Amino acid sequence: MSLPFCTAHTRPYRVGIGIGVLSWLVFAIVAQPLGITTALSEVSGGITTLFTGPDFVKANSYWSKTVPAIDYGTLFLIGTLLGGFMAAVLNREFKIELAPTVWSQHFGPSLIKRYGAALLGGFLTMYGARLAGGCTSGNGISGGLQLAISGWTFLVVMFGSGLATAFILFKRG
Amino acid sequence: MTFPITGDTALGLSIIFGIAFGWLLQRGKVTDYNVIVNQFRMTDFTVIKVMMTAIIVGGLGVLFLVDHGMATYHIKDANMLGVIIGSVIFGIGMVLYGYCPGTALAAIGTGSIHALVGSIGMLAGGIFYALTFDGFKDGLLKVWALGKVRLPDITGIADPVWFGGMAVLAVILFMMIERHENRTKA
Repeated sequence: MSLPFCTAHTRPYRVGIGIGVLSWLVFAIVAQPLGITTALSEVSGGITTLFTGPDFVKANSYWSKTVPAIDYGTLFLIGTLLGGFMAAVLNREFKIELAPTVWSQHFGPSLIKRYGAALLGGFLTMYGARLAGGCTSGNGISGGLQLAISGWTFLVVMFGSGLATAFILFKRG
Repeated sequence: MTFPITGDTALGLSIIFGIAFGWLLQRGKVTDYNVIVNQFRMTDFTVIKVMMTAIIVGGLGVLFLVDHGMATYHIKDANMLGVIIGSVIFGIGMVLYGYCPGTALAAIGTGSIHALVGSIGMLAGGIFYALTFDGFKDGLLKVWALGKVRLPDITGIADPVWFGGMAVLAVILFMMIERHENRTKA
């Protein structure tokens, strides 16, 4: 790409424009906002079905409203994973990463530590997202662009909480 | 062809839209743990550039679509206590994990093993939420519940004013960030 605007410097803005345009398309074409965690809780319900049978999940007051199914939302999740994979492979950036550098610099090479933090962090993001009604995509971007009170509350409080957590977690330098 | 598209065609489109989303996240470098965590450490501003641009560009387009009857809003309930507590928990989790749910999925595709491990935590969180839902569906989620409200509803300030103000603030913020980055790089 040789256009003057298309430099590494402007890439975050170009990607932001891309996500913005993508949200026009999903709003207009399939009448859906961009979102992840509603569908992810359907997957959670599907996994629970494997252990408890379908009756338990059907009787649950949450899954009776967010019915686990292969639907628009869950297929979008598969697409997101595939999209990351395709972009990484086609741009020769695919790399098996056991632990990230900033983590290892601060907490050492122990994979058990990193995976423990990832498990706990994953648990908290999902639980928090469901309590808040959505994640960075559904509440932050989709809610934010619709000027929703829930979306802007999420953006401000989540960012504040993340700043405080990072300050405590990484303060050793 | 009439919009919105539903049924099997929409299911096919959802995978394509998902691929576009995952592709954009990877190209924007927000599938990188270091980029996300460094935003919260205020040493990298990629996340805020991507998100603010997406919100303003997306918001102006969706406003146009809604005004011309080509789309409707999909507003989430503002159960303020739930949103606030959930967002605090989410912020802690996002820094520990280094991903939010969407960037985590795309990151798994780029080869991040710790994103894959953390996704087991996300699924467990989803199960635990459903199992504990009865505990607060009639309590905590009903506290300070404003319904599906938007900023223009409660302030009386019109949509274009909000977006105009946001765009001005974003441009000022981006210029400050770019100047800061140029200084620290040199």
